[in-house]
Amino acid sequence: MSPETPSGIPRALVVWFPDWPLVAAQLAGEVPERVPAALLEKGLVSVCSAEARAAGVVRGLRVREAQSRCPELVAVHADPARDGREFEPVVAALETSLPGVQILRPGLCAVRARGAARYYGSEESAGGAALEAASRLGLEARAGIADSVFAAEQAARRAAELSPLLVVAGGESAAFLAGLPVTALGEPKLASLLVRLGLQTLGSLAELPPSDVRSRFGAEGLTAHARARGRDPRAIVPRVPPVPLERAADFEPGLDRVDQIAFALRPTAEAFVEGLRVQGLACTELRVHITDDAGQRSERTWGHPHHFGAGDVVDRVRWQLQSGGSTASSRGRGNRPGSAAAQSRTPWRTTGEALAAPVVQIRLSPDKVDLLGRRGQALFGGVDERLDHGLRRLQTMLGHGSVLHPVPGGGRLLAERSLLVPWGEDAPAGTAARAKRPWPGAVPEPLPATVFAELLPVQLLDDDAAPLRVGPRGDLAAPPAWFYPGPGAGRRAVRSWAGPWLLRQRWWDADESRHAERFQILDSENEAWLLLGEGGRWWAEARYD
Amino acid sequence: MSLPLSSASAAPAAGELRALQERIHVLQGRRNRQGSYPVLPCFSNLLPGGLRGGAAYSLETPLSVAMALLAGPSANGEWCGAAGIPDFGAEAAAGFGVALERFVLVPDPGPDWLPAVSALADVLPILLVRPGGRVSPGDAARLGSRLRERGGTLLVLGPWPQSEGSLRVRGSRWEGLGEGYGHLRRHEVELEVSQRGRARTATVDLAAPGSLGRGSLAPGSLGQGPPTPGSLGREPLDHRAPGGVRPALARIPS
Repeated sequence: MSPETPSGIPRALVVWFPDWPLVAAQLAGEVPERVPAALLEKGLVSVCSAEARAAGVVRGLRVREAQSRCPELVAVHADPARDGREFEPVVAALETSLPGVQILRPGLCAVRARGAARYYGSEESAGGAALEAASRLGLEARAGIADSVFAAEQAARRAAELSPLLVVAGGESAAFLAGLPVTALGEPKLASLLVRLGLQTLGSLAELPPSDVRSRFGAEGLTAHARARGRDPRAIVPRVPPVPLERAADFEPGLDRVDQIAFALRPTAEAFVEGLRVQGLACTELRVHITDDAGQRSERTWGHPHHFGAGDVVDRVRWQLQSGGSTASSRGRGNRPGSAAAQSRTPWRTTGEALAAPVVQIRLSPDKVDLLGRRGQALFGGVDERLDHGLRRLQTMLGHGSVLHPVPGGGRLLAERSLLVPWGEDAPAGTAARAKRPWPGAVPEPLPATVFAELLPVQLLDDDAAPLRVGPRGDLAAPPAWFYPGPGAGRRAVRSWAGPWLLRQRWWDADESRHAERFQILDSENEAWLLLGEGGRWWAEARYD
Repeated sequence: MSLPLSSASAAPAAGELRALQERIHVLQGRRNRQGSYPVLPCFSNLLPGGLRGGAAYSLETPLSVAMALLAGPSANGEWCGAAGIPDFGAEAAAGFGVALERFVLVPDPGPDWLPAVSALADVLPILLVRPGGRVSPGDAARLGSRLRERGGTLLVLGPWPQSEGSLRVRGSRWEGLGEGYGHLRRHEVELEVSQRGRARTATVDLAAPGSLGRGSLAPGSLGQGPPTPGSLGREPLDHRAPGGVRPALARIPS
């Protein structure tokens, strides 16, 4: 058995995991095991489980047809990202037995056979080692060894369930491939053309002279021809195994007190920061996944103006735990103006209070990293270190959303126009651009000093003590005459007023559409107000004081 | 920056030297312990020495007066903060000249009011607070000693047991709003300061148009004292274009 093939391409070992997309869905917990299941692509069954096959479901069937053949069929949509994600630990496990793995696609990977065969003594034992690594993960796999990647893949696909390793001896790949149908090339268009021309097997394709193949079928045909001859020009390019930067802390049994968790997490946080530091990296955006024993997951991204130290990481986890169940939902709101203010009002748990369910796992992953050298402290400029430290200490005392930094934002409502960003975080992207837009319809200067964080319900009445009505075109039936500032407050007369100033925006956008009127009034207590009316109800937006 | 060394220019050089030293102190994180923070020219009659470091002032005034008081030190490059004021209109503060990039807001200092405010007063030179409830004289004394140690100034919206001075509104008048037309343009407030047994009054327009902006902020008008640290440091620290939207607080002769 020669280590090199006749064409000079090293022999290949291919490991194939049958029905990988389905296995990935099972690993991800989206499909239960041992039930008839099918993966759908464009409404057609692309992969189905053995149980589904037994019930008569085959590839390419329409969903309805498949469900009528097998009513208990579990159908999920194909997700290439999931396939790749779930394949990652499998490859990592294979790499411990056979270094230099190339992922051909999720579920299929190749290794140069020579080094592995030398290490394990023979190609058979090398293939056995690969299969053993797969079976340790509880996965079904087939392996093939041949002169080229294509031939080895075909060998792996032809390996039987009982003898999952098929070794094609050196120089015999072309003979092995000769009997296979042209559809094995995996190029349906070319295969259908070849079949129509009477070339049913790879052997009949391989017999054609290369110059004729090129002139008739082009470069694509030439590649297929080389493959059919057992000379796949593809070389195996082993991947560089990624250095794991994520760290996870598992708690067994689960912990349900924030202070306990913070204490137990400290070594993991230190290892996380140290792991990045060794790579010369600094984490500037951190993603924290928290899983509790009820299966509830909370996930949130945290920013940092410099970079995360171990203490900062522990603080972020604590804040995420303290902010209660709202963390998962707060993730997507970062881009909405005013969300920082809204977050700051979420109820905070105190450190000693028990959580709803014990936490079993905390995973820290770096979302954004930067070179450590670029993240040093500036000598001049930037924020005073003592000030930053003091404010962070206060944040630890009161919670992340309690120390805020105002940033000019854009918008028509006054509360939208200054965004409150938690200390240490950046304003959401695009804030500066929004703030620079002209925003016609803004309130004229001077601006009110008191801007209610939440609109204050008030009453604005006309002469007959009926709520003031503004017509669709901003016409007033009667001028405002009476005003109740807030619930339970006494009646005041409206001394002077201006308005209505119409506020119409984005009628097509359900979230941001506004059909309101503004009034500026001065009441009998000599207090000036900015009122906002929408649909016959009135609120105080701000008070001039 | 080169200093002229000839004896002819010794007098201005001395002033410049002093200002540079002050600037070095600021960069080194030291506060002007005995010094004071400048106020906008419209308050120069009321508070001739500016806001004294290490002292607390009680403001029984609208929030906008407090914002205008913050504007002076903020324009000089100091960090300011507000605690316990969830409805603080940051945009209005920016209009008065408070630099938002050096501003911190703690809307709710929590049930433990004093530790949070003390922690803020430790790091912020100028802090505006609205106490949640009544402040006991003991708490006030503790916070006062902390302030004296750090040289910061506390502005309290409401009464304060041991205040250096207190500002009160004696009358206010809005102009510009009619019966269905116009908009608020002028807000004249008659302020009274009682400080060490003396009372001063002045009328201030808190909504003056921006035309008087920068001219009235000339260093000479910032009190009679020595050049303030900010008169040198203002240029690099102020991000606004010169002659820009500096607000405008002009004194109205009373």
